[in-house]
Amino acid sequence: MSRITETSWMIGGPQGSGVDSSATLFARAMAVAGFWVYGKREYHSNIKGKHSYFQIRASHDVVRSHIDPIHMLATFEDSTAVIHAHEILPEGALIYDPGLTKPEVLEMDASVKLFPLDYEGIIRELAEEEGKPAAKLAIVKNTISVAASLALYGVGVDVLEEALKGLFHGKKSKLVGINLKAGIKAYEAIKAIAHAQDFKYQMQEQPNKPEAESRLLMNGAAACGIGKLKAGMRFQTYYSITPAVDECIYLEQHSEYGIVVYQAEDEIASINMANGAAVTGARVATATSGPGFCLKAEGIGWAGMNEVPTVIFNYMRGGPSTGLPTRSEQGDLLFAVNIGHGDFPKIVLSPGDMEECFEDGFNCFNFAERYQTPVIVLVDKALANSTQSIKKFADQGLRVDRGKRVTKVDSYDPADPSTGLPKFPRFQITEDGISPRPIPGTPGGIHFLTGDEHTEYGFITEEPAVRMQMMEKRARKLLVAANEIPEHLQFKVYGPENADLTIIGWGSTKGAVLDALERFAEQGKSVNYLHIRLMSPFPVDAITRILNNAKQRLIIESNFTNQLAKLIRQETGIDIEHKAVKYTGRPFSQCEILEAVKEVQEKQSRKVVLINGH
Amino acid sequence: MATKQQTEQTLPTLDVKLKPFQLRSDKNPDWCPGCGDFGIVNAIQQAVSELQLQPWKVEFFAGIGCSGKSAQYLQAYGIHTLHGRVLPYALGAKIANPNNVVIATGGDGDGYGIGAGHFLHAGRRNVDITYIVFNNEVYGLTKGQASPTLEVGMQPKSLALPHISQAINPLALAIASGYTFVARSYAFDAKHLKQTIMDAINHRGVSLVDVHQPCPTYNDLHPKEYYTETVNSGQSELPRLQYLEETGYNGFVEDASDLEAYQAKKIAAIAEAYRLTDRVVLGTYWKVDLPTYADRLETNIPLLREYAPMDVPFHDDNMIANTDLSSACEEFVV
Repeated sequence: MSRITETSWMIGGPQGSGVDSSATLFARAMAVAGFWVYGKREYHSNIKGKHSYFQIRASHDVVRSHIDPIHMLATFEDSTAVIHAHEILPEGALIYDPGLTKPEVLEMDASVKLFPLDYEGIIRELAEEEGKPAAKLAIVKNTISVAASLALYGVGVDVLEEALKGLFHGKKSKLVGINLKAGIKAYEAIKAIAHAQDFKYQMQEQPNKPEAESRLLMNGAAACGIGKLKAGMRFQTYYSITPAVDECIYLEQHSEYGIVVYQAEDEIASINMANGAAVTGARVATATSGPGFCLKAEGIGWAGMNEVPTVIFNYMRGGPSTGLPTRSEQGDLLFAVNIGHGDFPKIVLSPGDMEECFEDGFNCFNFAERYQTPVIVLVDKALANSTQSIKKFADQGLRVDRGKRVTKVDSYDPADPSTGLPKFPRFQITEDGISPRPIPGTPGGIHFLTGDEHTEYGFITEEPAVRMQMMEKRARKLLVAANEIPEHLQFKVYGPENADLTIIGWGSTKGAVLDALERFAEQGKSVNYLHIRLMSPFPVDAITRILNNAKQRLIIESNFTNQLAKLIRQETGIDIEHKAVKYTGRPFSQCEILEAVKEVQEKQSRKVVLINGH
Repeated sequence: MATKQQTEQTLPTLDVKLKPFQLRSDKNPDWCPGCGDFGIVNAIQQAVSELQLQPWKVEFFAGIGCSGKSAQYLQAYGIHTLHGRVLPYALGAKIANPNNVVIATGGDGDGYGIGAGHFLHAGRRNVDITYIVFNNEVYGLTKGQASPTLEVGMQPKSLALPHISQAINPLALAIASGYTFVARSYAFDAKHLKQTIMDAINHRGVSLVDVHQPCPTYNDLHPKEYYTETVNSGQSELPRLQYLEETGYNGFVEDASDLEAYQAKKIAAIAEAYRLTDRVVLGTYWKVDLPTYADRLETNIPLLREYAPMDVPFHDDNMIANTDLSSACEEFVV
């Protein structure tokens, strides 16, 4: 029989029942088997009980997004099959507990193959062998689901062992044995089902296995955190908020780097503490999500006015207000580029995949210190919480740029300060708008900061001429940044030149579009993708040129009002004629990109609204 | 919690003593004549002079309002922040670089009103900073609205109607919140105020100095004369100002590990802060040596015994980032 080279797998269950750990184990096993993996995590704003699910796509080739239908649905309780069985492809598989799920009442394709798994029996047997109460072993349910899935896919039990060792290391390594025993029993149970041999979607062995331990099974939140560690950030403030908290928890677990992760009393404290630390000369960031980002507006304005290099990571969730706390949206773009009252320069970046999370996590500090202005990094939840197998980060030879940071003032000898204590022109008017920035503690560097308009020494002034000079100076920095920031960090065009259709997008949409481009190429369709990363200063000239040369244009984004399309129109005057949006709080699948393009190419649709995903 | 307990403050000092006028910036204060702010800023300059602090190691943060401008008048790194947010700025700066001396100032509206949340939580952290509150019971810069320290029933001339909200007691609130040094002084008692600020800076941990001051423009209830006039005790006329040590009260905790004595002392300090009197009682209500936030951080993060957070090395001489990511990536390797 023929086997497949790519699959879509799902596991679900009430929150707190181990859905995440099952999915992580499955993803790890598929990666150990040599496949490339992408995983999408969906959960409620709830601690225990509500339905959550994790969808994993594994392939012989690199994958960056999910597809909607699933080949296999693994369940260990009764709710998941009811919600998701209809998504199983014809002749796909349903793994279920026959004591809990009655397949005959499920809405699903009649050809779906059923694989009842006696969870309780396996656990009871294991409990007897181990001489432990069965209740204490209930947690191995997760491993049983995963092992059964691997068995059906035709992936060896040795892979499971390797994956368990990867998941349970250090203090947890004693858990490997019992989980492996449970897993082997599940393998045997599946193999004992006659039609398991005929399962249509068994995975073909990966012919081009990447070298062991050459990759990372990474999520976006950690990728950002790792970029920040590389950049030398050793201080991060936050207030507990989903989904920003994931990165903070990750960083706090890595105290070996000397990093202080400070849980402030509120969002306002966390931005202003970051400002205080940045004034002092630290590389510091604060992380937040929508509601908290709103509260940080005044502090961001202060950093802009005082030319302080504060970094703000905003993990975007569904808004407005509390909105969809655990779901994804690209809804904060226009707010981010306009945040704070009055005019001041801000740099706004938005990474689109794990590598870009790492790059922007590193570069944001260089930009903040070089241009002495706040840098905002927008990361959609879909990216923060997704799992993807990637090559290890290219982290060698990265250059640190601390800009005009001053730690020694040569003209001043502090030997006898009684002869005078000079003040330093911190806001000196310069051609590029960037002034030397002595950090507190530096003899001869004494100066003043104030959110009021100020002179070059930082004294409050309301003089019209000085006001004009200072506004112009601050604004010049952004022009310099627009010229200096390397083009590949601003935007990139993927796919063929002079394509019939150009897709425009940003953030996590990149993964689904790049996967779709591969399908278009197979279908002989000429489609390319303009991925925009730098939102402020906006790359006006280059984007104008690319859009003017495009034959037909389709912009795709996860928000209601097409915020990037608006920004493009504001900056370039170009109104993109075709738009696709999704505002369910769920990210785009590869299938939806194909669907949107079809709608545009076949029906000339002006606006396509996509809705897939539970 | 840190086991070792350092109680001695080590400050970055000069070999020479600068005169207070040398610590004035060349920006002239624009406060109203007779404003208590003059007295407080003078006392800060004198304290910095007396302690022989290296001025460039001093970060002087201020909130918003009349008092906020004080950050412009001391010849040190002066940072005028946002309304109510001076403490987060000061804490962020001190945690990032514990080698600088951090002084925070602000008004009663700034610190006990819009910044009340930060005021409370700063106590929990015990970061080694000094917070000086300019307390005149009104919001001066916006024309004299009631601040959180204006007693119920009071009606300074700036208010259209008598005040109907209760006042907070900042000293009791600070003690309850975990401040480890809590004192009250008065803007024009130059000697007491200077000494109190010096004690606060010398204290290792978070200090509050609540400074009573007249607002000559908006608060006609407590003008300068109020503080200099005498109070009739029934038997004799006594000065308005009274010093805590005259009362026999002592708010210093000798041994914080004796939990019962520590609790009893804390309750006594709060009681003292609430004692009914017509006099204005100045002095240190509460002082205890506890591990600072930095001490506790060092316990959790041993690398910080060696480096300030902002000084942990992360690049080589050629500015190439050299942090080894292997332990950060370990859990993800496949």
